[in-house]
Amino acid sequence: MTTPRTIVEKIWDDHVVSQDPGAPAVLAVDLHLVHEVTSPQAFSGLRARGIGVRRPGQTVATADHSVPTTDRRLPIMDELAAAQIRQLDTNCAEFGIPVHGIGDPAQGIVHVIGPQLGLTQPGMTIVCGDSHTSTHGAFGALAFGIGTSEVEMVLATQTLLQRDPKTYEVRVDGRLTPGVSAKDVILALIARIGIGGGTGHVFEYTGGAIRGLTMDQRMTVCNMSIEGGARAGLIAPDDTTFEYLRGRPHAPQGAAWDAAVVRWRTLATDEGARYDRQITIDADTLEPMITYGTNPGMGIPITSRVPSPEEQTDPGQRRALEHALEYMDLRPGQAILGQKVDVVFVGSCTNGRISDLRLAASVLKDRHVADGVRLLVVPGSDEVKREAEREGLAEIFKAAGADWREAGCSMCIAMNGDQLNPGQYAVSTSNRNFEGRQGKGGRTFLASPLTAAASAIAGVVADPRRLPGIETLAAVGGR
Amino acid sequence: MADPFTVFTSRVVPLPAENVDTDQIVPARYLKATDKAGLADALFRDWRYNEDGSLKEPRFVLDQPGMAGRKILLVGDNFGAGSSREHAPWALTAWGVRAILSTSYADIFRSNSLKNGVLPIVVDVETHARLFELLAGDPDAELTVDLAEQGVLLPDGSTIDFDIDPFAKQMILADTDELGYLLSKDAEISAWEATHSPRVDTLAGAR
Repeated sequence: MTTPRTIVEKIWDDHVVSQDPGAPAVLAVDLHLVHEVTSPQAFSGLRARGIGVRRPGQTVATADHSVPTTDRRLPIMDELAAAQIRQLDTNCAEFGIPVHGIGDPAQGIVHVIGPQLGLTQPGMTIVCGDSHTSTHGAFGALAFGIGTSEVEMVLATQTLLQRDPKTYEVRVDGRLTPGVSAKDVILALIARIGIGGGTGHVFEYTGGAIRGLTMDQRMTVCNMSIEGGARAGLIAPDDTTFEYLRGRPHAPQGAAWDAAVVRWRTLATDEGARYDRQITIDADTLEPMITYGTNPGMGIPITSRVPSPEEQTDPGQRRALEHALEYMDLRPGQAILGQKVDVVFVGSCTNGRISDLRLAASVLKDRHVADGVRLLVVPGSDEVKREAEREGLAEIFKAAGADWREAGCSMCIAMNGDQLNPGQYAVSTSNRNFEGRQGKGGRTFLASPLTAAASAIAGVVADPRRLPGIETLAAVGGR
Repeated sequence: MADPFTVFTSRVVPLPAENVDTDQIVPARYLKATDKAGLADALFRDWRYNEDGSLKEPRFVLDQPGMAGRKILLVGDNFGAGSSREHAPWALTAWGVRAILSTSYADIFRSNSLKNGVLPIVVDVETHARLFELLAGDPDAELTVDLAEQGVLLPDGSTIDFDIDPFAKQMILADTDELGYLLSKDAEISAWEATHSPRVDTLAGAR
């Protein structure tokens, strides 16, 4: 083995089952995550062919997208959502797949529970019928979203047909300044390369600023790889990764743990390995980021002004910007700071983990949400909810006037009744600001939990760096 | 899967928007269906319809006179960005789209389209601009898509050649699917599994 390889190439080589000339590789899948929205037609397909699930023990399901975040004792009023959730239970029972449904202590957003249960491990191939599967790349796994046809293929064969991806090094050097977090890093990257910038590639995030992130923060970065066009994004595992994994329910134990860590340490990209593309970002220069438009690439440092269509040289981009500003009802050249906010959403697979809630709570402690603003705090999983309640975060949220909810995807995708009204503005810690994403006619500003909480108090888009004691607040997420 | 793919000729629906995301192609509230039927009305729903179900005025391009029945969609760069929902190509197929022309597609959307007999054809920037000009001059211009020959025939007799994954092409032309191919690899998969023990056992920890 003389040719230096990237971590992506190593994982790829480890999982190629076979490859016919001219055909894509048959790639083995270590872990298949399933949820209620993209799986029903796949199970129907299996039934139509009369075949079963090849490896139920490498498959796990949860209900997250359609689940209400209101009191779990209440019935689900949306008939279609209720039917979809029932269908997941029926399908999993029939095909022998473990399911963490409503009421199960391991229920939660699929990308929050995989890592939490220790199912997400370095060097694995992980797929799910969900584009934010890239989240699991934070552990040094090759993890990507698939369509429902592919969900059916993985259920039936535990493999997929794939062409080997190109690699794209995203190097983040330096150190983040107080008030700037993982969310700002990824929003800055996407603003720079555009939402199609990573198409056909897998991002590998490297550099000192990435090494300094906690696992929760690394997941935030990898989560939004897809918003930069890359189907997957990953970070080579290190002691931070192993520390997070050790002792989790599905992590290896005893001698198997020691052997696994030795194996995992060999995954890092070799010295001299080549990437197809590369970009370097200086963490020291980053500010809190916020989006102003209708895709995640339309983002600016929070102290900047909304760009003007007239400055766009490309006619397509000019048209897109005009359209976006019209939808958002924003003026070219206006400041984004001080823009009125109706709703603040803290949650999602991007920023719904315990450290995200700690950051938001640190801002909200002894403060109150501004009049006329609705703050919705939705834990990413039932376990995150229990932990937040143990630590007293839930009390802080409630005292601040926030709506403290049950776990689920909630207002990130607005399938469960949690949604914006037409024309409303939201600062959201989620991942997509597409038209209507958070409710038909709703307008989304994507930002970090710190920016979201600061804006909830101010009632307008606010810079978290102006909060007193921000140095201490920023450290709350933990190193 | 749509009907088997043959050479077809069709007029074109022009949609000169860039970065069209899958939330626009099919809004998330239509993802609660547990089958694939009935998605034609969900296609570009919020660009086409008012809250009360009436068509917006001015009408979205799909609902303008003469557009029904067209099988080719000409769109801006990076079409299909965002979520992995296969409902996007399902809705396009349900409306009747069989081929899309753009300068690029989001990865998951492209993969999903090929699995549903919708051809995501990539053309270069100049050709892309030329096609929009052609339609500006003659909105009813007909194009002929020939997958076997990997060409799009224009009214002036010239042809735009396009690349496509040879495996996907073979699958579409034979009207077979990838699952059938993977099932035929059972022996290889079993051999691989015999030397690679599972990294996790989700059943062992089921609570």
